[in-house]
Amino acid sequence: MNHKMVFRTVGKIVLAEAAMLLLPTFVSLLYGENCIWSFLITIAVALVIGGALVLGLRPKDKVIYAKEGFVIVALAWLSLSLIGALPFTISGEIPSYIDAVFETVSGFTTTGASILTDVESMSYGLLFWRSFTHWVGGMGVLVFAMAIIPDFSDRSIHILRAEVPGPTVGKLVPRMKDTAKILYLIYIVMTVTEIILLLCGGMPLFDSVVHSMGTAGTGGFGVKADSIGGYSPYLQWVIGIFMLLFGINFNLYYLLLIRQFKPVFKSGELWAYIGIATAAVILICVNIWPLYEEFSEVLRQSFFQVSSILTTTGYSTTDFNQWPDFSKAILLLLMCIGGCAGSTAGGIKVSRVVMIFKQIGSELQHMLHPRSVKVVHFEGKKVDQQTLHGVGVYLMIYVLCLAAVTLVVSLDPFGLETNLSAAMACFNNIGPGLGIVGPAGSYAAYSDLSKATLTFAMLFGRLEIFPMLLFFSPATWSKKG
Amino acid sequence: MKIIIVGCGKIGSVLVSNLVAEGHDVTAIDSDPTVINELTNIYDVIGVSGNGVDCDILAEAGVAEAELFAAVTGSDEFNMLSCYIARKMGAKQTLARIRNPEYNDSSLAFLRQHLDLSMPINPERLAARELFHVLRLPSAANVETFSMRNFEMVELKLKSDSALDGLSLIDLRQKYPQKFLVCVVQRGEEVIIPDGNFVLKSGDKVGLTATPAELHKLLKNLGLLKKQARNVMILGASKTAYYLAKALITAGNAVKIIEKNAARCEEFSEKLPDAVIIHGDGAQQELLLEEGLKSMDAFVALTGMDEQNILMSYFAQAQNVPKVIAKVNRDEFAPMAEHLGLDTLVSPRRTVANIIVRYARALENSRDSSVETLYKLMDGKAEALEFIVHNDCELVDIQLKDLPLKSNILIAGIFRNKKILIPAGDDHIAVGDKVVILTTGHRINNLSDILK
Repeated sequence: MNHKMVFRTVGKIVLAEAAMLLLPTFVSLLYGENCIWSFLITIAVALVIGGALVLGLRPKDKVIYAKEGFVIVALAWLSLSLIGALPFTISGEIPSYIDAVFETVSGFTTTGASILTDVESMSYGLLFWRSFTHWVGGMGVLVFAMAIIPDFSDRSIHILRAEVPGPTVGKLVPRMKDTAKILYLIYIVMTVTEIILLLCGGMPLFDSVVHSMGTAGTGGFGVKADSIGGYSPYLQWVIGIFMLLFGINFNLYYLLLIRQFKPVFKSGELWAYIGIATAAVILICVNIWPLYEEFSEVLRQSFFQVSSILTTTGYSTTDFNQWPDFSKAILLLLMCIGGCAGSTAGGIKVSRVVMIFKQIGSELQHMLHPRSVKVVHFEGKKVDQQTLHGVGVYLMIYVLCLAAVTLVVSLDPFGLETNLSAAMACFNNIGPGLGIVGPAGSYAAYSDLSKATLTFAMLFGRLEIFPMLLFFSPATWSKKG
Repeated sequence: MKIIIVGCGKIGSVLVSNLVAEGHDVTAIDSDPTVINELTNIYDVIGVSGNGVDCDILAEAGVAEAELFAAVTGSDEFNMLSCYIARKMGAKQTLARIRNPEYNDSSLAFLRQHLDLSMPINPERLAARELFHVLRLPSAANVETFSMRNFEMVELKLKSDSALDGLSLIDLRQKYPQKFLVCVVQRGEEVIIPDGNFVLKSGDKVGLTATPAELHKLLKNLGLLKKQARNVMILGASKTAYYLAKALITAGNAVKIIEKNAARCEEFSEKLPDAVIIHGDGAQQELLLEEGLKSMDAFVALTGMDEQNILMSYFAQAQNVPKVIAKVNRDEFAPMAEHLGLDTLVSPRRTVANIIVRYARALENSRDSSVETLYKLMDGKAEALEFIVHNDCELVDIQLKDLPLKSNILIAGIFRNKKILIPAGDDHIAVGDKVVILTTGHRINNLSDILK
C-alpha cells in the first residue's frame, strides 16, 4: 500500500472541500448571517489538515493500484463528511456532532435523509451548503477534484472506478481529466437549465438553486417542510422530469452531444429504465385513483413519486404514507432498483438488474438444454463472465449489508415498516422511507447508534459497498498481503 | 493530439506509455480484451478491444478524427490493411510496422505510395542501423547522430580504471585540449546536465559532443580508442541480424552468423552470399570458441531470447572480445544486464517508440512549436532538440555565458555555415544557425523556452 500517495490525494480532496466551502460562505455573507463564522472556521480547519497532508508528504513512488484507489475513495469520503459536518455544529443549528455528520453524509451521498424537524428555521448558508453537498456528491467528489486539480495520478482510473457507480466504467475520451471535465460540463449545463425553468415558473431564486442542486445530485434536501408539495404543478413537473433525466447514464448525454444518436436509441439500460418507470407510474395511477379527484393530479402525484424514488432523489409532493399498501410496495421495490449506471442515482442500478434477469434467463435455458451455450448480451456486446460474476456477488453483499443495517436499526422500537424502510432508504441513498421516516417525518427520533449505522449505510450505498468494505478490512492494510 | 495505436504487444505498449507521457490523447485497439484491460489500468488511455481492420471498431475508436494512426501488430499484412482502411476513413497520418525483408526492398516505395502510408516502420532495420553506428565507433556505448552531418553525441561508460574518474569538468578541459562538450551524465537512475564543477565518477555514462576528428583525438588521449569492428560475429539469424549483416558487408566487413535452425541458415546463406553462416547452437561455448570468438572485433547477440543474449554476451565479454552488444527487448532486463557489466544494449521496441514519439512531436510542432527534430537520450531520460534560429529570436548575439538559462538546459552544438561549433562561454547564437539544445525534465517547444 502506497500510504503517502493515499494520504496526499486525500489531502488534495480536503483542500478542494475548503474551496467548495467558499460558496456557502458567500451565501451567508449575502444574507448577512452569523453562520458565516462557522464556515470560515471550517475552511481554516480544512486548509490546515489538507495543507499538512499535501505539503508534508512528497511520495517518490507515485504509482497507485486498484487497492489504493478504493482506499483513497473511502478515506476521502469519510474525511469530507467529518469536516463538512463542522459548520452545522459550530453554528449551533445542529448541536449534536453525530446528527451533523448524519446530515452531511446524507448530503454528500445524495440521500436526503434528514434529522431536522424544522427545516424552515435553518439559516440560508447552511441550507445552501446542505444542498451543495448533494450537487458535488452526485457526480463524485473525486471526479470533481480530477477535473480541477492539476497533475492527478496517471492511474486515476482506479479512483474513478471506485467512485462512479455501475458494474463497468467507461471513459468518454482518452484522458481522465478531460472525461471528468466533460461530465461536469454536462452536469452544470443541465443544472443551470433546471434553475432557469424553475425561475420561469415563479420559484424564488434561492429555492430554485437549492432544488436544482438537490435534483441534479438526486439528493432530496429542500427548504420546505412539505418538500415540493407546496409548489405549483408546473414546478412539480419540471422537478419530476429533471429527476428522471439525472437518473440516466451521463455517457448517453455525451453521445448525444457528439451527435451519435444510434447507440443512445439502442441503449438497453435506457429502455429498461423508461419501461420500469412507465410500468410503475401506471400501476400506481390505477391504485391511487380513488384518493384524488382529477386525473391530472393522479398522474402528477404518481409520476413525481415514482421519478423521485426510482432515481433515489427523495423529494415528495405528497405524503405517500397515506397511499394504499400496493403503491407503497411498488415504491419500496423501486428504491432497490435505483437509476442507471454512470448517473448520479443510487440503488442497485438498472443495468445490474437487467443483467441479473438476463442471467436468470440463460440459466433457465441451460437447465432445459444442459449442453446449450448462451452468451449474455447487453448494450449490443457480450458481457464477460467476470462482470456477471461481479454483479452476482454485488447483489449478495448488497442483501447482506441491508440485512445487517436493518438488524441494528431494529433495536429502536419503531416497527418493522419504519425500520426496514429506513435501512433501505439510507442504503439506497433515497432519503424518506415509510412510517415515521416518511416524507412528512424525519430521522431525529433514532438513537445515536442507529444514526451512526445509517450514516455508514449511506456511505456504503453511495460508494457501492466495496471501497468501504475494503477500507475496513484488515487485509487491505496488512503488510503481508 | 489524438492518436490511435493498433496492436498492444511489446512495441505497442511501449508506444502507448511514451505517447501518454507526451500528453497525447491515445486510443488503443487490441483483439485481446485482457491486454486492453491491463493497459487501461496502467495508462490514461481509452481501450477498444476488437479487430483493428474492422471498420466498426475503427469508427468506435474515432479514427475519423485521428491525427496519427499507428498499426504495430506482429503481422505486416494486417498493419498495412489496417492503415489503408484508417486512411480511407479519415486518419490524417498513418504509420505501419512492416518488418518482413521481402516488403522492405524496392516494393516498399510502391506499398507506401499506394497504401498512402506516412511512414513504414521497421523495428529490426532501425535497430540494425543503430547497431551499425555503434560498431563503427566501438569505444562508445552508444552513438546518436543528428540531422547535421558530422555531428554526433557519443555515450561513454566510465570503467573503474578510467582516466576520467574523479576529474571535475574544469580539470578535464585543462587536461585535454580537444574541443568537446560533456553534455549529459547518467549516474545510476539519475540523469544530470553537469556544470563545470561536476566531478565524474567511474560507473557514469557520459554523453559527449564533438566533431569526429576532435573526438578521435580525445579518445586516443584517453586510451579508449578501439579500432573499428572489421570482424563481427552475430548470434541468431533474426531479421535484425539480416539487416545488420547486410549493412556490415556492404561496408566491407567480415560477418559470421551462428544459427540453430538449419532452414534459417539456408535462407540466410541464399540472401547473404558473402557472410559465413554457421549452423549450430549458439549457446554452446565450445562452438563459439571454435569459430574464433576470441579473435573477433565484436560480438552481437541478436536471438529472440533476451536471457540468452545477455548470458552469451557476458561470456563473450569474459573472452575479451573488444565490443559486445546484446539485444534486450524487455526493458526490465536492461538494468540487470548493465549490472553484469554489459554497456551496450539495443532494444528495437525502444528505438521504434523513440521514432514514433519524435514523429508525433514533429506533427504537433508544425502547429505550436519550432522544434526541428527531437532525440531521446540516456534511456529516454534526456532529450536533444534541434532548432533553427530566426530573426525574431531574443537569444541572438548574446554571449552564451550571459544567457540566463534554466537549470538542466545546455546548448550542445551550433551549426553555422555547414560547420559544427562546439559552443563555449564566449560563443554566441546568430540568425540562421541550427542549434541543438539538451534538456532533462523540461518540455521545450521554442528556443526562447530555454531562458528563465
